[in-house]
Amino acid sequence: MMGRKESLRLTPSQTVGPYLSLGLLREDWSKLVPPGHPQAIRIEGTLYDGAGEPVTDGLVEIWQAAPSGRYDHPADGREELPLEEGFHGFGRSGTEEEGRFSFVTLKPGPVPGPGGTTQAPHVMVAVFARGLLKHLITRIYFEDEEEANGQDPVLRSIGDERVRSTLIARKEAGSLYRFDIRLQGEGQTAFFKLSA
Amino acid sequence: MQQHGPAQEQQREILVPQEDDLEQPPYLYPGYVGTRLRAPKEPLIILPKTLSDITGPVYGHRKPGELDNDLTRQHGGEPQGQKIIVHGRVLDGDGRPVRNTLVEIWQANAAGRYRHKVDQHPAPIDPNFSGAGRTLTDDDGYYRFITIKPGAYPWQNHYNAWRPAHIHFSLFGRAFRSRLVTQMYFPGDPLFFQDPIFNSVRDEKARGRMISSFDLEATIPEEALGFRFDIVLEGRDATPFERPHA
Repeated sequence: MMGRKESLRLTPSQTVGPYLSLGLLREDWSKLVPPGHPQAIRIEGTLYDGAGEPVTDGLVEIWQAAPSGRYDHPADGREELPLEEGFHGFGRSGTEEEGRFSFVTLKPGPVPGPGGTTQAPHVMVAVFARGLLKHLITRIYFEDEEEANGQDPVLRSIGDERVRSTLIARKEAGSLYRFDIRLQGEGQTAFFKLSA
Repeated sequence: MQQHGPAQEQQREILVPQEDDLEQPPYLYPGYVGTRLRAPKEPLIILPKTLSDITGPVYGHRKPGELDNDLTRQHGGEPQGQKIIVHGRVLDGDGRPVRNTLVEIWQANAAGRYRHKVDQHPAPIDPNFSGAGRTLTDDDGYYRFITIKPGAYPWQNHYNAWRPAHIHFSLFGRAFRSRLVTQMYFPGDPLFFQDPIFNSVRDEKARGRMISSFDLEATIPEEALGFRFDIVLEGRDATPFERPHA
């Protein structure tokens, strides 16, 4: 092999703008499993801006592992862990109804973390909106996974309990979790920068 | 408060939201008024690279329909305006094609009006133009759309503010970390100088990467002008993840 080829520079990000639903919400991709699925959970939340007003022109996308902890992706080679028939782990919800988004999905399993650690069950989240020149990244953890959350390398890296708690979905009813996203201000959600 | 071991302490790296990467827009760009109440003010938390972000939705999308990449044939009649071909390749940072990835676009019509209930610009709706398309890249990372050149349109950001003509692009790439939403602009647009969204990318060369180039070879005689727009996504290769030692 010759020396490393000079890498291409990335195409810059731009906002989705106020009309994203035209291109990105043509179909309902918010139900990752049918609502009648025996293991289905529902995650609901509202997207708020820095004035505490609901953001009605946003988009929330999720990406997650199957209940076994395996991702439906070729980079996850752990074939001994089962995938779920018809479940791929990607979802998308608009926030046009008073800032509310929701997903019907399965609870993900634990996933390997850095240095032999185990990450607690979590959902990767990307937030898009007018006024966001690039999307924001956060994570949904689950309140009823207290022990796994206590061992999670990402949650443990956050010293401030108030910040950490913004990443935990609250269990409301049997299979319903609430996860609000605050872009700015009091109680702002913790957002991440992916390390290179 | 939770106890932290030394390994955890090392990971507690933070980044101020006013990032210094001039090739990407910052979250807070006051010239674009919409960022003021939506940009986070707390520091971003560095997320270590794990399976959770080197994977991403590559399956699970239904294959786009036959005419989904031709925005001029989604209705009974032909839309108004200049017919154009927009095409290019989706590549990773090493210049390798990103295959079989979903590309979604949306745009205003030739008069600068979106077919969206929130758009109050009094330019006419075109009954023959919805302004949305999607396609999958082929084995060379290549995609192609047939559409109409979108018009510029006014917005309320500042006095006499006009958006340069643009097409919104959404791409997934191979992983969660390669997700990109951007806008494609047209060469020589006189409105660039006053547009805070375009200029939020402070590096001039990086701004240039959002501008398509006129492409005579892709131009169809007597029918449509060609524009080339190549897109580079994060994510260097798809080397399988090493087995965890856990």
